[in-house]
Amino acid sequence: MRHVISVHDLTVEVIIDVLDRAEGMLDIARGKAVNDCLKGKVLGSIFFEPSTRTRLSFETAMTRLGGGVIGFAGTEATSVVKGETLADTIRMVSGYADAIVLRHPREGAAKLATEFSSVPIINAGDGAGQHPTQTLLDLFTIRQHMGRLKGLNISLVGDLRYGRTVHSLAFALSKFGNTINLVSPEGLEMPREVVEHLQDSGQFGIACHTPEEVITTTDILYVTRIQKERFPDPVEYKKVAGKYTIDPQLVSQGPAHMIVMHPLPRINEITPEVDAMPQAKYFVQAANGVPVRMALLSMVIGGV
Amino acid sequence: MSDKYMKVEKIDHGTVIDHILPARAFDVLRVLGLSNDKTMSILVNSHSKKGGRKDILKLEDVELSAEAANLVALVSPQATINIIVGGKVVKKFNAEAPKVVRGILTCSNPNCISNQNEPITAEFRLSPDESHRYVCTYCDRDIIDLVKRISP
Repeated sequence: MRHVISVHDLTVEVIIDVLDRAEGMLDIARGKAVNDCLKGKVLGSIFFEPSTRTRLSFETAMTRLGGGVIGFAGTEATSVVKGETLADTIRMVSGYADAIVLRHPREGAAKLATEFSSVPIINAGDGAGQHPTQTLLDLFTIRQHMGRLKGLNISLVGDLRYGRTVHSLAFALSKFGNTINLVSPEGLEMPREVVEHLQDSGQFGIACHTPEEVITTTDILYVTRIQKERFPDPVEYKKVAGKYTIDPQLVSQGPAHMIVMHPLPRINEITPEVDAMPQAKYFVQAANGVPVRMALLSMVIGGV
Repeated sequence: MSDKYMKVEKIDHGTVIDHILPARAFDVLRVLGLSNDKTMSILVNSHSKKGGRKDILKLEDVELSAEAANLVALVSPQATINIIVGGKVVKKFNAEAPKVVRGILTCSNPNCISNQNEPITAEFRLSPDESHRYVCTYCDRDIIDLVKRISP
């Protein structure tokens, strides 16, 4: 594996390989074992946009494997403010680092980076486009708790139109054979191409407007944030957001084995009372970012 | 003068692009990017023997390569290409939609990196299904309203 740009590029075999390696790195990720397979290697971490979990978990992953990190979070102190192109920034950083993790506000930025970099590029989110490492840690969390990646009933809930994580996740889950339900407010439905893909592959469950309609048959309740800025009228936002609040009462209606996931940050879509329930796995999911990204870094830099 | 006069003369050498969708001839010229020093005849909304209307383009002293001719299919998939030598059709073929298009179209996604000030050429791939959709290599979005996305 050289670059990690899009979930579309990942075969089932590669996905399973990454998850297996990540599983073997759990103790290292938690600091219970030591591995310095990337000692002396440098990761270029260049984030043109805000990030908490992705950036910190990549930096943790590199540090846990004995490597170092250079880079920036925000462009204020860089030549980007002077008008430097992304192509030139990538050329320059690829001269300093052994791999580059890139987050950028424009769709296709990671693909561009592969054309100008002499080292592997890992896409950490490009605009509303792809965020493949999030998808891999989502799959890791699902397999960790359900024991498998196929034959599951997964309900994607919230802003399915603009949420990039749910698009990538829907595509990735469809590689394994699952039933995927789409629960979203009117106007924030899943884009046509994703729905058609699910229909064509026989993995489309139901599309509806309230989580109550799918909760009793759901194995994975994957919740995403409904962004306030998508609604011109704040009253309308409150009305819609209220319908999509996941609380203990709703979670209790699901099967006992159901888990609740969320890519975070959450605002009000999952009430804090759910955090203490055994179904709540979103913080475990965030922590899983470290072993999954360790696996990826060791594969692209270490060439193992 | 006869009322059956010829609107456009036959050409002795060059290319005739026939069965262009009505009112698309100028779009065909844009995708071909031909220089202004060529002699050309353009028939717009001409009556077709098969019924309906069509456009026809006659390009004198220009033998379009198959690769260039296929660009015509971007804006008029049913067009036929006739290569004329010595007043006779020596080669006739249908324009075939190119699998990859570089530098002729711009992405319809304003947030695509190919629309920024970067040293790259926009590139689109023909969707493997038969929907005649082109997908941006960079942002993976379908190009919307392709005719309007022809680079100036």
